[in-house]
Amino acid sequence: MEHELSPLLETVVIICIVGISISIFILLYRVLKGPTNPDRAVALDTIGINLMALAGLLAIFLVTTQFNDVILLIGILLFIGTIAIAKFLEKGVIIDRDHN
Amino acid sequence: MIYAVFAPLIITLLIPLLSKWKERVHTGWFILPVPILIFIYFVQFVGENFTPHSESYSWIPSLNISIDFYLDGLSLLFVLLISGIGSLVVLYSIYYLHKSEQLKQFYIYLYIFMFSMLGVVLSDNVFVLYSFWEFTSLSSFLLIGYWHYRERSRYGALKSMLITVFGGLSLFGGLITLSVITETTSIQAMIEQKDLIVNHSLFPLILVFILLGAFTKSAQFPFHIWLPDAMEAPTPVSAYLHSATMVKAGIFLVARFSPILGGEPSFFIIVSLFGIVTLFWASFMAVRQTDLKGILAFSTVSQLGMIMAMLGFGTDVAIFAAVFHILNHATFKGSLFMIAGIVDHETGTRDVRKLGGLMTFMPMSATLALFGVFSMAGVPLPFFNGFYSKELFFESAIDLPGFSGAFVEFLQQAIPYIAVIGSIFTFVYSMYLFFSTFRGKYKEHELKTKPHEAPLGMLISPSILVLGVILIGLFPNMVNESFLAHAATAVFGDGFHAHEVKFWHGWESPALRMSLIVVGVGTILAITRKKWTSVYTVFPRRLSFNELYNYIVDSIEKGSTKITETYMTGSIRHYVSYILGSILIITGAILFITNGVTIEFDDLAPITIPEILVGLTMAIAAIASIFTNNRLSLIIIVGVVGYGLSVLFVIYRAPDLALTQLIVETVTVALFLLCFKHLPELKNLPSHPGVKSINFLISVGFGVLVTLIGISSHSSKLFSPISEYFIEESVPLGGGHNVVNVILVDMRGLDTLFEITVLGIAALAIYALIKLRHDKEAK
Repeated sequence: MEHELSPLLETVVIICIVGISISIFILLYRVLKGPTNPDRAVALDTIGINLMALAGLLAIFLVTTQFNDVILLIGILLFIGTIAIAKFLEKGVIIDRDHN
Repeated sequence: MIYAVFAPLIITLLIPLLSKWKERVHTGWFILPVPILIFIYFVQFVGENFTPHSESYSWIPSLNISIDFYLDGLSLLFVLLISGIGSLVVLYSIYYLHKSEQLKQFYIYLYIFMFSMLGVVLSDNVFVLYSFWEFTSLSSFLLIGYWHYRERSRYGALKSMLITVFGGLSLFGGLITLSVITETTSIQAMIEQKDLIVNHSLFPLILVFILLGAFTKSAQFPFHIWLPDAMEAPTPVSAYLHSATMVKAGIFLVARFSPILGGEPSFFIIVSLFGIVTLFWASFMAVRQTDLKGILAFSTVSQLGMIMAMLGFGTDVAIFAAVFHILNHATFKGSLFMIAGIVDHETGTRDVRKLGGLMTFMPMSATLALFGVFSMAGVPLPFFNGFYSKELFFESAIDLPGFSGAFVEFLQQAIPYIAVIGSIFTFVYSMYLFFSTFRGKYKEHELKTKPHEAPLGMLISPSILVLGVILIGLFPNMVNESFLAHAATAVFGDGFHAHEVKFWHGWESPALRMSLIVVGVGTILAITRKKWTSVYTVFPRRLSFNELYNYIVDSIEKGSTKITETYMTGSIRHYVSYILGSILIITGAILFITNGVTIEFDDLAPITIPEILVGLTMAIAAIASIFTNNRLSLIIIVGVVGYGLSVLFVIYRAPDLALTQLIVETVTVALFLLCFKHLPELKNLPSHPGVKSINFLISVGFGVLVTLIGISSHSSKLFSPISEYFIEESVPLGGGHNVVNVILVDMRGLDTLFEITVLGIAALAIYALIKLRHDKEAK
């Protein structure tokens, strides 16, 4: 089970993790600043995608398969969350009532 | 003896049953035998060879509380008064109360009262005594408020309740202190430890507590104000409770504790001073009253003051006089109340200004009243018992105990003069009471009904009491040796010598001179009463103690309302700041006092750049969320914090937590979005800058506090964690590789069960909140 990471891979992974962390930090600016809510929603969505990448990189770095669920989950949840926000911005509600 | 005490209580259980036939037979007849039997039972003890009896019944042995009855001379005097006058009052009430009244309530309350009063005077255990004491307060409250549909009755009942229960609680404090000091709950055992109690540093406290209880119950100055308002009770109640029994409970208490507390200068000063002031003030105020029962109420207060003063004097003459006057007062005051009730019953009013010339209509009542009134005034004729006790009172007032001290000496000089002046007023109101009711002009237009003599049955009880007045008046030494001397011995101690009561002491006797002054000046004042009553207008009514009482009750109510309104604002913001603020102050103070903050950085893990960046992102997002005023952007920013947290979980290798956190975060966002439509725009509530800075201080302080606690708890690891066990035993015991899940469902499964329950309840509650909207649909 214990596989050693080659030094090259390790360095690359660390660089990637740091890069993605910086990316998340910069995305925070867009979330805070806006200027509109759709801007924030897109930024949050992108943060989520960065999270997926981060989780994947961490899984490589820690040599584990435990985080694979997390990655998939982030993907589907982000989709749902973004759809919800988008629908809210569009219609004001996220669950339509039956009109019968 | 216990059957005698509990008999009235037992019969109350039967009263509702007996009152079914009240249309045919007045309920009072059924239960009249009870007090008579009790009286007969206790009368057997009277005799020259009387020795104290005691009986004990276990009640709460673990607390050393048992129902101890101790029958000595003092208790015997009181039980005979209670049962004897009780019988007469029941007899009187049979004729006084009409069958259409709520008889069963009346007799139940009255018998509960009789039971508790018997218990008070017989109890030797202080806590049992206190229980009975509060029973008397309660039953008196019920009796005063008997005609509960009247505003004045309710007011009077509440007032007496407040004052007597106030005193009762204070008495309780005194009794607890006493029993803690002496390590016993028996009064007789306490008397044996008198030296210990008197020299104890808590002695002044005990004295004040017990006397406060006694003074409130016995309507001493300035607590006398409840008694005149208690006159709203039916007249039998006034005659029984407010002249003969309950108001003497305080007297009894002082007498009972005299062997412990007496003989001290402080006891002498407090008790005689309050007694003599009560005597003077109440007799002075009684002249002002226009209501028959009002006069009698103030007169009762005044006479109680006189007895109290004599108990305070503490000499053997004074104690004997006190005991003698307890008996005398019960006889004449009981009869006077009953006659006042008769007058009320037969004319429809108790207002003295409307009454007059009733002698021709009610010769019997007038004769009875004559004896009662002249005895109360202390007219020196050998068939009024009041005269003897009054003269003994004067005698004891001259011959006061020799304590030293400037104030004591002043008091010793002043007491005889105050006593004489008080007695002059007693004489005046007594005369006023009799002559303006039964003599003078008959005012036909003022009365609703034509007055006529009372039915014979109503006259029996006052007649018996007046017979007592005359008998004691004629043969004052009749009951001394066999009865009163034992009572006085119980109060004074073993050194008591029975006093020979004589009608004639010779011209040289100073007491006789004082009596003659009283009669002389009293007669002049009574005749010229109309000319000097204007002195009462000098004191405006708003300076009276009643106004003070009303003011206190009012301002307590208003004050507490005001205080509650200032902090119970209904605003959750305020409450949260109270909660967080008090946690901050209390926990912070304790942390500071106990030096609870320990900070160590020994075993910290190295920090990496991604952790810093993610943490920084979360912190900035959290701070920024405060300044957002758009709700949607607020939830998105808070979402950043949530996602950041899940990244931290990933970094710290907690995949299950990260999973859950992500789902919860997303669901929360969705839920917020769901209800956004129904929420108003987020806006900054206008708030005072001071309030804002306080909120700022509280939130920053709270954050700092939690941080400090976190760091301290990390720095001080007292025990090694048990996680090693979980990791080792996860597979062999739980059969699973996922340690977190094994803990959740195997090792600590119970927690999970209830968290599931919480979720279930939340779901049900949400469903119910949405679906069940009766109020709105009804509108």
